Amino acid sequence: MKRRGWVVATGAALGFAMLYVPIVIMMIYSFNASKLASVWGGWSARWYGELMANDQVLEAAWISVKVGVMAATVGTVFGTMIAYALSRFGRFRGRLLLAGMATAPIVMPEVVTGLSLLLLFIIMETNFGWPAGRGVDTIVIAHATFCMAFVAVIVQARMADMDESVEEAAMDLGARQPWVFFDVTLPALAPALVSGWLLSFTLSFDDLVIASFVSGPGASTLPMVVFSKVRLGVSPEINALATLMIVAVAAILAATMLRGGVRLSARRAPPPDQL
Amino acid sequence: MSQTAAAPAAAAAGRDRADGRPFIRISGVTKTFSGFVAVNDLTLEVREGEIFCLLGGSGSGKSTLLRMLAGFETPDRGRIEIDGQDMTGVPPWARPVNMMFQSYALFPHMSVARNVEYGLRQDGVPRAERAERVARMLELVKLTPFADRRPAQLSGGQRQRVALARALVKRPKALLLDEPLSALDKKLREETQFELLDIQEKLGTTFIVVTHDQEEAMTLGDRIGVMDAGELIQVDAPRDLYEYPRNRFIAEFVGSVNIFEGRVVEDEADHVLLGDTDLGAEIFIHHGLSCQMGQTLWVAVRPEKMRLTAARPDDARNAAQGVIEDIAYLGGLTHYRVRLDGGKTVRVTRANVERRHADGLTWNDRAWISWPPEAGVALTS
Amino acid sequence: MSAPRRRAPLARMGRALVALAPMAWLGVFFLIPFAVVLRVSLAEPAIARPPFTDIWEWADGVLTIILNFGNYLFLIEDPLYYTAYLNSIWMAASATLICLVIAYPMALAIARAAPRRRPMLLMLVVLPFWTSFLLRMYALIGLMAPTGFVNTVLGALGLEPIVMLQTDFAVYAGIVTGYMPLMVLPLYATLEKLDDSLLEAAHDLGAGPTRAFLTVTLPLSAPGIAAGCLLVFIPAVGEYVIPALLGGPDQLMIGKVLWTEFFNNRDWPVASAVAIAMLAFLALPIMFIRNALGVKE
Repeated sequence: MKRRGWVVATGAALGFAMLYVPIVIMMIYSFNASKLASVWGGWSARWYGELMANDQVLEAAWISVKVGVMAATVGTVFGTMIAYALSRFGRFRGRLLLAGMATAPIVMPEVVTGLSLLLLFIIMETNFGWPAGRGVDTIVIAHATFCMAFVAVIVQARMADMDESVEEAAMDLGARQPWVFFDVTLPALAPALVSGWLLSFTLSFDDLVIASFVSGPGASTLPMVVFSKVRLGVSPEINALATLMIVAVAAILAATMLRGGVRLSARRAPPPDQL
Repeated sequence: MSQTAAAPAAAAAGRDRADGRPFIRISGVTKTFSGFVAVNDLTLEVREGEIFCLLGGSGSGKSTLLRMLAGFETPDRGRIEIDGQDMTGVPPWARPVNMMFQSYALFPHMSVARNVEYGLRQDGVPRAERAERVARMLELVKLTPFADRRPAQLSGGQRQRVALARALVKRPKALLLDEPLSALDKKLREETQFELLDIQEKLGTTFIVVTHDQEEAMTLGDRIGVMDAGELIQVDAPRDLYEYPRNRFIAEFVGSVNIFEGRVVEDEADHVLLGDTDLGAEIFIHHGLSCQMGQTLWVAVRPEKMRLTAARPDDARNAAQGVIEDIAYLGGLTHYRVRLDGGKTVRVTRANVERRHADGLTWNDRAWISWPPEAGVALTS
Repeated sequence: MSAPRRRAPLARMGRALVALAPMAWLGVFFLIPFAVVLRVSLAEPAIARPPFTDIWEWADGVLTIILNFGNYLFLIEDPLYYTAYLNSIWMAASATLICLVIAYPMALAIARAAPRRRPMLLMLVVLPFWTSFLLRMYALIGLMAPTGFVNTVLGALGLEPIVMLQTDFAVYAGIVTGYMPLMVLPLYATLEKLDDSLLEAAHDLGAGPTRAFLTVTLPLSAPGIAAGCLLVFIPAVGEYVIPALLGGPDQLMIGKVLWTEFFNNRDWPVASAVAIAMLAFLALPIMFIRNALGVKE
């Protein structure tokens, strides 16, 4: 039956257009030989070359990658611990507090998170002398904090779908914690951990606001550099950078999705054959 | 075949409203789903006020036929008429029939009363009349105390009754029921069958029931249409369907049966004799048939019409010897499985009218099976 | 093999560690910071390092606590702040509504698409979400700038250019496109679960497509609508990047005000008070969305 088929289709097409038209136009302009956005100077890879020669951008990208890897790793370890505690420990004192703290960072406005962490770091520095100054360390701490919240939600959803009797079977066969966790639970969680880590890395790599608050001189992440350039208007180099990043993300996402690893939303259950 | 004369008599013995006028006409309807023929050139008339059961396995096309009646699927060819009105191009919401869904499809966000009221609201029935009709319908299905509950707070049987009330409150010209009892457990199903019959009798609404459960079809249906691979194989009253199956498919689909195969060796006006049978003996058919010498025929005999004896039966017709392989004692009945000397397995059911059968037949005993000629049904296909 | 008796206390310690380590981390880096913000919001700005006064003094056995509520009074008195709050809420709410109207057909179309095509469509929704938010906002500049793509096309057609950048329109466009995936995904999750036979039942009972949508699909997707709207609304209220990049210099949004107060005016106490007030306002929606995220106690 055609239920308002064309209304829905038109609306959906409009939505997808809003998502993709700006990106596609930007990608096309990244190959514009002219420096002016309003003039089409023919196809050229010139801006990709200039991007590769831009030390400031490259250095910032390297810092962002380092921060992203560290924050995502710390976030994944702690997020998994949170999820495990919340879904396998039953009732324990502080459970409510942990559950509350674990999800709040997801919905906290970025400016508030950034400001509060910066004030904390400054007060800690004046009172305990640590952290001495701000830079990569403080950004990693800040990012890991919201990353673990995202990982906790993703892993918890996966554990809710998981058959607990598999763990009980392992114990019945004589295995003890923590070996049950490493032998049985962890492999079953692997897809969730991968998507949690990837999401964490992406969020960290993309963050401008929190990093701007908690960073110090000498530790500018890629979004901070991009933001300072972009505020001055359209820059062909940034077009090229954006194109590279989008292609990279699309490739990684397509690859993981084809392997069935990434869960699109925390609520969708993966196929049971992954157990 | 001679039994055609017996068919109307058997139908008349059933419920007497089966002679209503043709009310729903399905003529030459075909429906294909991407190459798969779900319903194939099907023609059927349903009479006003009857309970018509569409019986078939999964993929037989019975549900597709029901969905075409409701308007959810459009026939590729053919037409459907309800009460003289052509339904071609009429959307589901404008059809004078209502459906009771297999999953019940109760609106989870509405109370029982709101669910029942829903269809009346869509028709713009005034509020006071709505309230009154809903109240009466809830009373009919004995759900008045549950009017304000949500579907999630009801038991399976109660939900089934809400679905029934919701579909009936609009006073449809026909109620379409898709596997109405399949979600209930066995005991509740039996009770509900009779409740359903009761309600149908009170309202006189035409029911079209789709089911895969032959017992359900036999209990509910005034008539049953057996479907297979998109075609109606036989339409008859339950008794006729069971006693006079048209072919081997029907005989095997409805109830259990023994089918013997043989070739015509004697073709007379008053009897036919089959030789070269898998019974291992000649089979006698007590009436004439239009057939040719050497043609393959089948004879279907229900297990309860088979005789099992220790000694060779007197008339010695349609009899063969074998070994009792298996006995299942069910209280009222006992099922026997007998392996004939020719290798064929035959099922025999005996009613346990006495505490113990005098012949004392038991496992591995040799015994005779036989049937009186009038117990068998000769089948040409 | 060691006896289980010897491992039991160890296992208990391991268990405690699993729960306590993240609790400690979140306590230090999430909970305490809010106490700090609250404390700074009650201080006075000072020319010092850090640039605010202490709120307590300990001298000669006397504890003096000075709580300066002036920053909060300031928020109420100075029209700049409450205008910014109201404007942020208004813009975030309207952008959320626009986003819902555009995202709903998308989610519906995906939910109704053939099952084998759904992963592809979902990936198309998720892909922008995984690429840089900042760069997507930047892409909008390329589209809307005075010499951007749209105006270039208009010029080529001989039409007058339109001013888009640094207007409310640009901010709406930014919020809607930026947060669209967060709206589509929860909507899709509820619509996908919607039983087709419910719609058929509605049709069967006399409801045409529009009535069936309004009485069945829409109410049953309410949880998805609520989740999607909150996921868009909450970050949009405190948004900084979008008004900073796409909005005009005189456009007041509270995230931008906080940022300016902190970085440009170096008035940390007022910035903290702005943050606390924002949290107080968002507390209710935040609590709500936490339940929607499926944290079951």
